[in-house]
Amino acid sequence: MLILIMRHELLLVLITVILLLVEIFLPADRKQKIILPAIILFGIVMILGFLPGPTGTLFGGMYITTSLTLLMKNILTVGAFIVLLQSVDWLKKEENKDKISEYFLLLFSTLIGMEYMLSSGDFLMFYLGLELATIPVAALAAFERFKEKSAEAGVKLIFISALSSGILLYGISMIYGTTGTLYFDGVVNGIDGAPLQILAFIFFFAGMAFKISIVPFHLWTADVYEGAPVNITSYLSVISKGAAVMIFTILLFTVFSKITALWEDVVYITAILTMTIGNLFALRQQNLKRFLAFSSIAQAGFIFLGIIGQSQLGMTTVIYFVLVYVFSNLGAFGVVSVIANRTGKENIDDYDGLYRTNPLLSLTMMLALFSLAGIPPVAGFFGKFFLFTAAAEKGLYILVLIAVLNTIIALYYYLLVVKAMFLNRNDMPIEHFKSDGYSRLGLALCVAGIVIIGIYSPVYEFINQLTFGIN
Amino acid sequence: MNILFLLIIIPVLTIIGILFTRDNKQVRVVSAIGMTFQLITAAVIILWFLAERNAGNTAEILFASNYVWYETLNIHFYIGVDGISVAMIGLTAMVIFAGIFASWQVEDLPREFFITLILLSAGVFGFFISLDLFTMFLFYEIAVIPMYLLIGIWGSGPRHYSAMKLTLMLMGGSALILVGLLGLYFNSNPDGGPLTFEILEIAKVQIPINVQLFFFPFLFIGFGVLGALFPFHTWSPDGHASAPTAVSMLHAGVLMKLGGYGCYRVAVFLLPEAAHEMAWIFLILTTISVIYGALGAVWQKDLKYINAYSSVSHCGLVLFAILMFNETAMNGAIMQMISHGIMTALFFALIGMIYGRTHTRYVNEMSGLMKVMPFLAVAYVIGGLASLGLPGFSGFVAEMTIFVGAFQHADTFHRVATIIAASSIVATAVYILRVVGMMLLGKINKPEYEMITDAKWYERLSAGSLIFGITAIGIAPLWLSNMITKGLVPIMEKLLAMN
Repeated sequence: MLILIMRHELLLVLITVILLLVEIFLPADRKQKIILPAIILFGIVMILGFLPGPTGTLFGGMYITTSLTLLMKNILTVGAFIVLLQSVDWLKKEENKDKISEYFLLLFSTLIGMEYMLSSGDFLMFYLGLELATIPVAALAAFERFKEKSAEAGVKLIFISALSSGILLYGISMIYGTTGTLYFDGVVNGIDGAPLQILAFIFFFAGMAFKISIVPFHLWTADVYEGAPVNITSYLSVISKGAAVMIFTILLFTVFSKITALWEDVVYITAILTMTIGNLFALRQQNLKRFLAFSSIAQAGFIFLGIIGQSQLGMTTVIYFVLVYVFSNLGAFGVVSVIANRTGKENIDDYDGLYRTNPLLSLTMMLALFSLAGIPPVAGFFGKFFLFTAAAEKGLYILVLIAVLNTIIALYYYLLVVKAMFLNRNDMPIEHFKSDGYSRLGLALCVAGIVIIGIYSPVYEFINQLTFGIN
Repeated sequence: MNILFLLIIIPVLTIIGILFTRDNKQVRVVSAIGMTFQLITAAVIILWFLAERNAGNTAEILFASNYVWYETLNIHFYIGVDGISVAMIGLTAMVIFAGIFASWQVEDLPREFFITLILLSAGVFGFFISLDLFTMFLFYEIAVIPMYLLIGIWGSGPRHYSAMKLTLMLMGGSALILVGLLGLYFNSNPDGGPLTFEILEIAKVQIPINVQLFFFPFLFIGFGVLGALFPFHTWSPDGHASAPTAVSMLHAGVLMKLGGYGCYRVAVFLLPEAAHEMAWIFLILTTISVIYGALGAVWQKDLKYINAYSSVSHCGLVLFAILMFNETAMNGAIMQMISHGIMTALFFALIGMIYGRTHTRYVNEMSGLMKVMPFLAVAYVIGGLASLGLPGFSGFVAEMTIFVGAFQHADTFHRVATIIAASSIVATAVYILRVVGMMLLGKINKPEYEMITDAKWYERLSAGSLIFGITAIGIAPLWLSNMITKGLVPIMEKLLAMN
């Protein structure tokens, strides 16, 4: 069955259409009823994605499915599922009641785009997927359009996306001009490091750097993350970013494998800049969304350590780290989201004394932050350790040293949040509340992921089998 | 099943048990039962280990278990003990046992306190039994991070500042260690075979000298931060002074020994040539640690600061002795770790108990306490005498061995360093006797001190168990030093092969 090769995307399209039809016939006062079926449908799609299925190519090589792309898509769907669970409480708010299904439709469309992007076999498909993944997110960022900041975030995001897409396309056009093909297989052989191709690569790199928010292309990130609703922020910083990082890594390893000497230096420098600047800016943030935005910029810098390894170890670790990052960051955002929905508070000092009123939420937050910081025995430690190993394999010990020193800076600001929750006393702490079932399920999934993925080594070994021969 | 697993399983079970408790009393009882079992397990391990050795089992590592963890990277979960790690296990079990009883009166969030404390001890046990650098590093960080919460939540004084400073400096040390470990890993198989993190495998490899010289400072300073190597010791006085009693005990008593143990087992053992080349730099630093710590203690008025600086001095002596590279001094180094571990735990326990009664830690504000709390006062004197190296206590055995070993080097540099370090004993006598004189003897200076009661049963148990340790080692040190000497054989072989 050829059609099964594209099952992730097709199933998502199917449920998107179903939701669209249901939405038309649903009376205005019962729009909320769509939430549960939508989540269940998506859950089914997620589970179906894990079933073994055929791999192969479609459309003459434009669309490729391998075991590795299947895995990456599964990581994204699991992440998106958690985001959905975390957004229920927010969707049920009065001001969102007339656009509940739009949320699902937009979110599913972006996911479809990312999946096509991951499966792309040529630059055209890659670009189409990327655009489909980006434009609906801008609409999502402006979801709370009655809030000035949210509207601003949407506009900023769409402008930046347009700009970066333009740069990216310019690079792709030059690649086409010099190699005469858009297919990845063909481009590999055509790239020989000619000056125009170097220029093309720089444009391509810059375009992608915008999407992943690599320093110095990161300036949009904090404003957009702060303005967008929490769940969209977490979607942007985890799912969108994860997808872009993974495809970027694969393209560097495969398409640009002949000019590694060139991009190695670029990655080396941007890695240091991204880690350090992301961390230094995170130090001074009070708003948790901005805080997590800068921390996620820094995390992208760490991921570059795996890329620079250019080995199977590096590839495996990048994907492994994205997996870990999905659970850890969604865990942190999940707590922020629950508290923001209940109390509207999203500053670090609002969290003073949180442990004494909401111990479980605080513990989840601490676990997630420790995972982001790379403290054992949670998964983040293993991810970071392997990233460092990948870079050390190339003998880049100075880079590793800079990176580990950066983890200390990062630890400092993560501990500031822990300090607020556990150490600080507060006369008027956030009162005890019981969060909704969906959020709790989402957070439980995150905690399970954070705890299990590291200690249970078969996860890593499994990814390692799939990445065999990628470089 | 390997008995060493119990060292990890018992703390985990205890933590789970604490989760099911209802009130403060149950929390304490469960913790006490758990750590009593831990102490018994440690005692059984020591006795069993000695029995095996007596029966003629000369294997380098006993009770070994080796499981593959991450196959791709050849990371193993590999545990086992030699004479030195067995001794450290005994020390840890004793200190955590005493620590539980010393924190009998924690009122604020007791459940969380005991869970974090026991988690910390689990990390320490794991560190001492690990034979794979990866798991060793993992347990190292597990042992460090709970300190942040323990000091930050239950500490006193500028606890937020101290907790952050301590955590960041120790994690900074672990960052250096990480770079060093990766360097060892990628040089663990020069013939191109599978790389490994296993200490015993790496020890067989001849690592090129320029590689060694590059990575040795990372490892030695990295572990040295935890071992209070000058000038990276500044976390120690602040941290110890702010920490609650049991945490100071565990931290000065055991956690700082992780540094010495790591320097010995990883830095010096795996990179002996570089250690030999660079020893002079670190010898100077450790000598400064020893003398600076002792003089610092003389100047302090706060009991905890006195003891913290004294710890810097004594732990500096450990690193000092390791860098002497001969069997006597190394033996002394390990003895010193054990001896100082128990002694300083006793001090911090007593300081906590005294503070609980007088509500001050300033020496000059207290006087004549011997009359109202004879037990605690006598215990303090015993600890003090052990600290200044009176024969009959553990301190004498350890320091004597160190200085005899150090003096075996005939050159001027080593001799001078040894003499300077040895003179710290005088300073030690000054600050110990001064405290005893001012605080315990003389007249009672405040009327409210007349009301003070002597130690309660749990305090007696806590202090008594540690005093037992000090005197047992002081009176019968031979079994311990024999055990350690056999453990030193591999490293001595490497060092001798070099000359």
